Amino acid sequence: MADLILTPNFDSADDFYAQLLASHEGLGKDESDALNARLILVLANHIGDAEVLSQALKTATLPGD
Amino acid sequence: MEPFGKTLWPSPARDTEFRAKAPGREPMNKIFETPLYAYDRSPDQDTATPVRHKVIVVGAGPVGLSAAIDLAQQGVEVVVLDDNDKVSFGSRAICFSQRTLDIADRLGCGKPMAESGVQWEAGKVFFDDRKVYEFDLLPEKGFANPAFVNLQQYHLENILVDRVRALQAEGAPIEIRGRNKVEAIGTHDDHVKLEVETPEGPYNVEADWLIACDGAHSPTRRMLGLDFDGRVFEDNFLIADVVMEADFPTERWFWFDPPFNRGQSALLHKQPDNVWRIDLQLGWDIDKEREKRPENVIPRLKAMLGEDVVFELEWVSIYTFQCRRMERFRYGRVLFAGDSAHQVSPFGARGANSGIQDTDNLCWKLKLVIDGQAPELLLDSYSRERVQAADENIQNSTRSTDFITPKSEMSRLMRDAVLDLSEHYEFARPLVNSGRLSTPCTYEGSSLSSADALSGPDLTCPGAACPDAPLGDEFLLSKLAGKFTLLTIDADAPDRIEEDGVEATRLALSIKDDLTLELKRRYLGDATSAVYLIRPDQHVAARRDNFEENAFRQAMRRATGKE
Repeated sequence: MADLILTPNFDSADDFYAQLLASHEGLGKDESDALNARLILVLANHIGDAEVLSQALKTATLPGD
Repeated sequence: MEPFGKTLWPSPARDTEFRAKAPGREPMNKIFETPLYAYDRSPDQDTATPVRHKVIVVGAGPVGLSAAIDLAQQGVEVVVLDDNDKVSFGSRAICFSQRTLDIADRLGCGKPMAESGVQWEAGKVFFDDRKVYEFDLLPEKGFANPAFVNLQQYHLENILVDRVRALQAEGAPIEIRGRNKVEAIGTHDDHVKLEVETPEGPYNVEADWLIACDGAHSPTRRMLGLDFDGRVFEDNFLIADVVMEADFPTERWFWFDPPFNRGQSALLHKQPDNVWRIDLQLGWDIDKEREKRPENVIPRLKAMLGEDVVFELEWVSIYTFQCRRMERFRYGRVLFAGDSAHQVSPFGARGANSGIQDTDNLCWKLKLVIDGQAPELLLDSYSRERVQAADENIQNSTRSTDFITPKSEMSRLMRDAVLDLSEHYEFARPLVNSGRLSTPCTYEGSSLSSADALSGPDLTCPGAACPDAPLGDEFLLSKLAGKFTLLTIDADAPDRIEEDGVEATRLALSIKDDLTLELKRRYLGDATSAVYLIRPDQHVAARRDNFEENAFRQAMRRATGKE
């Protein structure tokens, strides 16, 4: 059974974060929300594994939420 | 109150219907106006003590008629009571699945359904003002029946009543009584007593068993004070039958948020006789009376179809729907089937199809119980298996509904993201849910199934409905109908075995004759031989790689509720 990776796994964390912010640059709230929604779907499909996705959804709910 | 059995789907309230005069379509209107099973005084009405029948079916819709035909074909005496005497008005349930056609074949109705229905396998999905993708149901080859046919419910009812008449001509014990409305029900340990109202006054009649196929508003359910819980969807849909000469292709077209119905959805589907079915979502807070008026409907349709398209409105109805089911489908001597037992949203063609599949599950069991070859407990497996199917249908149609009509800002955001991506990327298309089309339920974990003892395909595991396969010029399913079968593929077995009064007969096949290799793919997989015990409803009861007598005898006992 595949496990969700919860230790640092980025090739370059700062570069990714900068790219993420850049892709939202100049977008209104609605457009940004839509972009994020599409991004979630793109990433989720790439992962594919139902167990990992389920763990990811749980992880996104912070302890105490 | 709605007439019995005519409310399979989408169960619109009668007061929101609009009947067009439809000039120039006399033949069609004649269908709706001519009594198909006119009231005729029964000798039962003139007896001092109530006559006892084997089975009474309440409701002459597709589900009730299917049940009655199934029983009569097995020699079980059956009377159908319906408070109406005509086919239902408007197309209603229009989309019939391969499994339903397979069942209809066994009932002697599959051919006229497939021949008069419109076959389709492709569809288009639109979002806003653009087509986001096209799909093909990619029908695999090697089935006697198509994936789906579209056929107005009134045509199906006609076909079924024709079949009843043909059975009567052969002397089968089946009768339909029009304008016989059940007013009261008394339940007893070993029978049911009914008070029936007719144009000539009431009479009492009894039955060993009662099958309630009287629709979503089931008077039987109400009279017995039984539950019907579930989720109401706060939405209204306008459905219209439109007669037009149009060259739209024979496809299912679905729109999310189209310009002609902003913020809502729409569906276009072709039916026989140039009748097109259109479903328009209207939202919750609307004036139903106003919306159904032709002067309000026609501009909507023109916006959808194009200003130049000439069409005639034949039927308009507005409906809301609910996803719910009864806790159990058997209460002593009363059995519920179809919309009386469970209701789903219309997305996915899971109403009438699942109702007909209910009767397919029920009738062979009832026959064995009536003949004393199985305990009454077998009928509880009808409830368990079809409750499982209803839950599967409710889950699927609820998910479709949640996608089609997002209930929150976030669900709309995600839905639109899926649709936007689906236009450009194939990966997002499996997430688009405009209705997951009806497929038969696999009765997983059923008490009638034996543990899987074949490393064969999942498709044909115990509990599954047998998929068809070509056998030369013929097909497999027609050879499995209506009895227990020992299907052997490159394996030995006796020609028949009898266990406690129930017989299974062998059907011996070999993959040497399997030119298309579909039999191998669907029934063997990696195995080199197989023996299947198949129930009369064509569901797999047990399978293993060879015939082991004790195992199959035990499997037959299990499949008839004796283990």
